[in-house]
Amino acid sequence: MAAPRFWREIPNRYNLIGTRCGNCNKVFFPPRYICPQCRRMGKLEPYKLSRRGKIVTYGVVHVAPEGFEDLVPYVLAIVELEDGPRLTTQVVDCDPNEIKIGDEVEMVFRRIGADREDGVIYYGFKFRKVE
Amino acid sequence: MRDVAIIGVGITKFGELWDLSFRQMIIEAGARALEDADIDGKQIDAMYIGNMSAGQFICQEHIASLIADHAGLAPIPSTRVEGACASGGLALRQAVISVASGVHDYVVAAGIEKMTDVMTEQATGALATAADQEWEVNAGATFPGLYALMARRHMYEFGTTEEQMAMVAVKNHNNACMNPCAQYHTRITVESVLKSPPVVLPLKLLDCSPITDGAACVIVAPAEKARKMDRVPVIVAGTGQASDTISLHSRQSLTGLMATTRAADMAYKMARVGPEDIDVAEVHDCFTIAEIMAIEDLGFCKKGEGGKLTEEGQTEIGGKIPVNTSGGLKGKGHPVGATGIAQVVEIVHQLRGDAGKRQVKGAEIGLTHNVGGTGGTAVVHIFKRGD
Amino acid sequence: MNVGIVGYGVYIPRYRIRLDDIARVWGEEPSRVKQGLMVEEKSVPAPDEDTATISVEAARNALKRAGINPQDIGAIYVGSESHPYAVKPTATIVAEAIEATPNLTAADMEFACKAGTAGIQACAGLVEMGQIKYGISIGADTAQAAPGDPLEYTAAAGGGAVIIGKNDGEALAEIEGTYSYTTDTPDFWRREMRPYPKHGGRFTGKPAYFKHVVSAAHGILRQLKLTPQDFAHAVFHQPNGKFPCQVAEELGFSKAQIACGLVVPKIGNTYSGATMIGLAAVLDKAKPDERILVVSYGSGAGSDAFSIKVKKAIEEKRDLAPKVEQFLNNKIYIDYSTYTKYKSLLVR
Repeated sequence: MAAPRFWREIPNRYNLIGTRCGNCNKVFFPPRYICPQCRRMGKLEPYKLSRRGKIVTYGVVHVAPEGFEDLVPYVLAIVELEDGPRLTTQVVDCDPNEIKIGDEVEMVFRRIGADREDGVIYYGFKFRKVE
Repeated sequence: MRDVAIIGVGITKFGELWDLSFRQMIIEAGARALEDADIDGKQIDAMYIGNMSAGQFICQEHIASLIADHAGLAPIPSTRVEGACASGGLALRQAVISVASGVHDYVVAAGIEKMTDVMTEQATGALATAADQEWEVNAGATFPGLYALMARRHMYEFGTTEEQMAMVAVKNHNNACMNPCAQYHTRITVESVLKSPPVVLPLKLLDCSPITDGAACVIVAPAEKARKMDRVPVIVAGTGQASDTISLHSRQSLTGLMATTRAADMAYKMARVGPEDIDVAEVHDCFTIAEIMAIEDLGFCKKGEGGKLTEEGQTEIGGKIPVNTSGGLKGKGHPVGATGIAQVVEIVHQLRGDAGKRQVKGAEIGLTHNVGGTGGTAVVHIFKRGD
Repeated sequence: MNVGIVGYGVYIPRYRIRLDDIARVWGEEPSRVKQGLMVEEKSVPAPDEDTATISVEAARNALKRAGINPQDIGAIYVGSESHPYAVKPTATIVAEAIEATPNLTAADMEFACKAGTAGIQACAGLVEMGQIKYGISIGADTAQAAPGDPLEYTAAAGGGAVIIGKNDGEALAEIEGTYSYTTDTPDFWRREMRPYPKHGGRFTGKPAYFKHVVSAAHGILRQLKLTPQDFAHAVFHQPNGKFPCQVAEELGFSKAQIACGLVVPKIGNTYSGATMIGLAAVLDKAKPDERILVVSYGSGAGSDAFSIKVKKAIEEKRDLAPKVEQFLNNKIYIDYSTYTKYKSLLVR
């Protein structure tokens, strides 16, 4: 992957910047560039989301895709942010056996991946349980 | 719009076909379908080929031309159709529409995937491109991962158990044992599913469909021509297709596929039947939880009761609604682009009454259900005996 | 000086390895190793953590305490000897992650374990001359050590961030003065393209650590006309537990004065993070008007000394972000084999 693909989404990935429709006020993350309800009548603007949420569902990954092998077993989850939108993320620094649907989590800044050993390193959000 | 029928079906063996290339596989399936239809290749007007990712699996794009060429059917129009694992079902729908519209008479709808020319990690990576790369795969999601998220939520909301999911795999392996072209001819038990290695919990290895090579082909023709042939015509009574968000997290419900419900509604309406009228169904069981959700979304039971329906044995051959008599994706194998067409091959056999040991007695109306990704695409077809 | 600390924050990865486990691997007697170093366990970064992620977490915690608009930050310096890239700044990653871009200056610093305090001085200078409103300096490391090297017992991961501004009402502490002592002393180094540092063994002690820390401490005491008795607390760079205790004694500081800021026994040597985390641990507990002596040490070699006087604002700010003690207690133990995987010593 060339750097621009990740680079252009740095605000979204580092700081959970989503979008909000100025017409219907619905908040989107991951960002959308046209409001599915209002379509061309909508006006999407950047919107900074809350960094806390709850686990809606999760799985424990034992067979990881390339680049994630060293994290096994890791918790993959869908988190619902306080502002409403949901996202797919990892829940880090936890015992997978102690995760439950409904657990409160907060955003952390982690390495997401890298282009091999000599390529660009990608950073972004993951989540951890609120102690 | 005129009525459309399936007049011939052909399928390769499904499995790890080390000695067969992409080209050999599609030609084998195509030749069998033409033989079954008892027509000459020269009569074919057009082809629609369902294929998810020859680009990733064999580094070959532009496969529609390649297939027309190697089938000796150039210069007829040949078009590749892609909707991830629903590519086959979409290819059929395009073929049906082209015949129904009167543009073409005899049309090939085929599906193919050659998945074992890359290593397993590359194959799973290729499959993951059907999910949202930016916001799912980058987070460490895989296909089993995303279906595990649905499974966990289904267990949480409806009390579905890992045992019930395992029963889907057990049933589909049993059915596959009776299907000569199936990848697996091995019986498994609930216990062996539960004890199989974890992939993404709650899904274990035996909850997952395998990596498979395979090709399947059906010949679509006007119903009026089919009725003049001396075998039971199988009419395409309904077709439906729907789209949903590509990423799972953006959906209202994580325990069902809206695209399936919508596509089924379209197909049921067009066929003027309801779920209670279906005698046999091939559904998209890429993971055991997917079959449980599918039988709910298709209306064979209420939402949340798919696990129970499975546990009661109602989806077995001889049950209220036999599901995946072919062995399904789990037992027959899942060459992604071919799956949607392979499902039609099974239903045609069932409606003709020549499905052998796995025959559902008196089957008159059948349904196929093919899903792309985690449900970003779904396509449903309903078939009726035309006699 | 008219400069103060308006916010501070730390981050320490959650994983720990006990020194007993490392000692057993190399056939050493665990109790002897632990007594010799006065270190019990050390922090280990998760496979998805590095100096950039640690810096961001520490900086975000510092911002929680400062309560300032990140757009008012005019300078970011990240001091480390384990920047994720050899060429490409960590500081820009941090700047973006705390939403301080684009109108600021940023750079990575390297001076072994004292690059974080060097950044504080740079920020203080810019604030004092009116060039910037706030500057943030971070010291963070995921320290590397060759398997079997004595450094392996202590090379740890963690970081601290300090936000510098004018010494006005929002400052939680005043920086009364700073003094540095620098010579060319090759006691510890890592050459280009080499994964692990080398060191001069016992040469890292007397002519290196002790000479520089003592000289910088004497320098600032002389400059500000203060004596050890004027300080409630002292924080010395802590490559192990023994060195800071010895240097405190040599300088005339009591065990009680250094107790608060001595975190190395529980997390090991966080290199550029060590002095910063020690200072944070003191700020977590210090009372207004108490004075803190801070002396960092970076091999190569140099020491930066600071005299810091705690102000009233500390009381309302310190609870706004997690304290050092919370990080010390919130841990997951791993064994040596997991450690080798996390540190990429095992290659698939």
